[in-house]
Amino acid sequence: MNMARLVLRRGFDLTEGVLGRVFPPAWNPMLNLGALGFFFYWIITVSGIYVYIFFDTGVDNAYASIEYITHEQWYLAGIMRSFHRYASDALIVVMMLHLLREFARDRYRGVRWFSWVTGVPIMVMVFVAGISGYWLVWDKLAQYIAIVSTEWLDMLPIFGEPIARNFMSPDALESRFFTLMIFMHIAIPLIALAILWIHLQRVAKPRINPPRGLAYSVFVALIALSLAHPALSQAPADLAVVPGNVGLDWFYLPLFPLLETLPGSLTWGMSACLLVIMIAMPWLPPLKRARPAAVDLANCNGCARCFHDCPYNAIAMVARSDDTAFEREPVVNPDFCVSCGLCAGACPTSMPFRRLSALSPGIDLPDRTMAQLRDLTEKAARSLTGTQRIMVFGCDSGPDLAAVSSASVGVVPLVCIGQLPPTFIDYVLSRNLADGVLLTGCRENSCNARSGIEWTNNRLAGERDPNLRARVPRDRLRTAWVGATGGRHLRDALETLARELNDADDYVRPALAAKCPPAAREAVDA
Amino acid sequence: MRDFFKYTGQFVFFLLVAAFIGYFSNQPVYQQTPDGMAQIKLSFAHGAARKVDCRKLSSKEIAQLPANERRPNTCARERVPVHVQLVLDGELLYDAQLQATGLSRDGPARTYQKLIVPAGPHTIIARLRDTRRDTGFDYEAERQVMLKPFQNLAIDFKADTGGFQFR
Repeated sequence: MNMARLVLRRGFDLTEGVLGRVFPPAWNPMLNLGALGFFFYWIITVSGIYVYIFFDTGVDNAYASIEYITHEQWYLAGIMRSFHRYASDALIVVMMLHLLREFARDRYRGVRWFSWVTGVPIMVMVFVAGISGYWLVWDKLAQYIAIVSTEWLDMLPIFGEPIARNFMSPDALESRFFTLMIFMHIAIPLIALAILWIHLQRVAKPRINPPRGLAYSVFVALIALSLAHPALSQAPADLAVVPGNVGLDWFYLPLFPLLETLPGSLTWGMSACLLVIMIAMPWLPPLKRARPAAVDLANCNGCARCFHDCPYNAIAMVARSDDTAFEREPVVNPDFCVSCGLCAGACPTSMPFRRLSALSPGIDLPDRTMAQLRDLTEKAARSLTGTQRIMVFGCDSGPDLAAVSSASVGVVPLVCIGQLPPTFIDYVLSRNLADGVLLTGCRENSCNARSGIEWTNNRLAGERDPNLRARVPRDRLRTAWVGATGGRHLRDALETLARELNDADDYVRPALAAKCPPAAREAVDA
Repeated sequence: MRDFFKYTGQFVFFLLVAAFIGYFSNQPVYQQTPDGMAQIKLSFAHGAARKVDCRKLSSKEIAQLPANERRPNTCARERVPVHVQLVLDGELLYDAQLQATGLSRDGPARTYQKLIVPAGPHTIIARLRDTRRDTGFDYEAERQVMLKPFQNLAIDFKADTGGFQFR
């Protein structure tokens, strides 16, 4: 499992990297798979409603009505039909990529089991909805699907008379099957939409719309495809002949040839096993998760920044339970918390300058505390030499930090870059622990904890609390959102920063407080 | 120049994705039935005779039954298996003993068979036994057919309309 995940992760890293060269970070299609899925869903819905206006639901006229849509009103209904087909195919593509990507990034275990498990029925429903849609055209492909589907269902010993007998000969078929199929084709996507809503319940501010530019581009590509290669029906269904050669939609029907050739017990058994494995995957094996964030009310003023910054709705603000004058306090739901540390990075009491009292923020990760982070920073600083000393803060999901560690580059790993309070940058530069700071992590728009990079960028730009103080010299600070495979780009960024530090104006550091700790003094002396 | 390459890259990406989706939405063609072959589909659901004949109840037995369950006969539920054979040009193509469905084996026996045969002229004989006899058949039908390539010949069985139906 780990090997498969690593191989896939490497593949996604490379693909995202290649696409990152031609797309702006916000537009990268690989980083918008879920949002693109929603976009295709809406295209399918709108085009489906329009096509349905002209569709005749009777078995005798269904094919003719689709032909009218395709050829007589090609300029609108025909394009809508092609839209409906190709957006459905594209939905399968982005849905499967989304599933594989979450698996590759190990974002389906631990508290993320909920989104994974609720995604499984959605996937099944998308397939069933698509297959039932092909049935309605009642062409040769529909005949093939109808016969193979019903024969497969008949392998379950639950039907009084084989359903496939409805397709024995031309005189056996009745329109009631079409009524059932239309009902399924409309009802199943609606049920899937309801489950999609549940699917997103544990995600704060989910991205359900792709960036406008990407959406326009995809839309234009679909129009071009619909005009250049319109979706057409195959020969009309005729139960007096077998379908023979069928043009299959391989996105929806790749397993159909197997369904009709392999024994039913095998195909049903494999399907059941696959479904059970898919549902059980978050516990195969369970994630050895870090402890969830913990609130320290003695240091919390109830500012709610952690509540606003949590990407997983794991924090709720409730009435204060201690005797202080503050109104509210955060409460962490351990079943939702992924231990990303974004809450600790947002806490105004995550202040490394604190020396009179212990560095204990209002909310912190018990396994990767702010105090430990400060110790790691100071330890890394002590070994730095030269005049272009750079401190690199990077997340566990980003590039390999050890590979860039040297006498002039100190590295401090974090769970997520969003765990880093901006005050740490001020601390490093003002206390002369380094001459420059570089923040690195996942690829932009691809943060493993969803919002770490966005919040960090906003904090550095002064757009989100806690802000980076104005006194911090921006020419000594760089970011490099390069992802796990971006080691070379990270080295380039470090070389650039080192050159710029060489040319940078002298930084007049704020006077050290009288109670400056020995470690910092040593660093200054060095 | 850098922007030009980016826009070109985006164009190429969407072109490739559109081509990928457009192609695999109906290609490559899948050949479900080999060229020059036809299909015989034999399917029916038929209730065979009871394994044991119904027996007349004596007036004493009838009197012992609850008033709302009194009836002149009593019948065991189980039915005999249906024996069916399909012979094509003198060769036995399908031969099966179909058990009655249901937990008490009192439902209809069912079959659904797809048999791929070469197109061309054929003599088809269908036979079915649905009684307790040990040998011979209760129904038999013979047809000379000219099967075209990809033709689907449906063979159904309905006892109340005379037995086998070729469609």
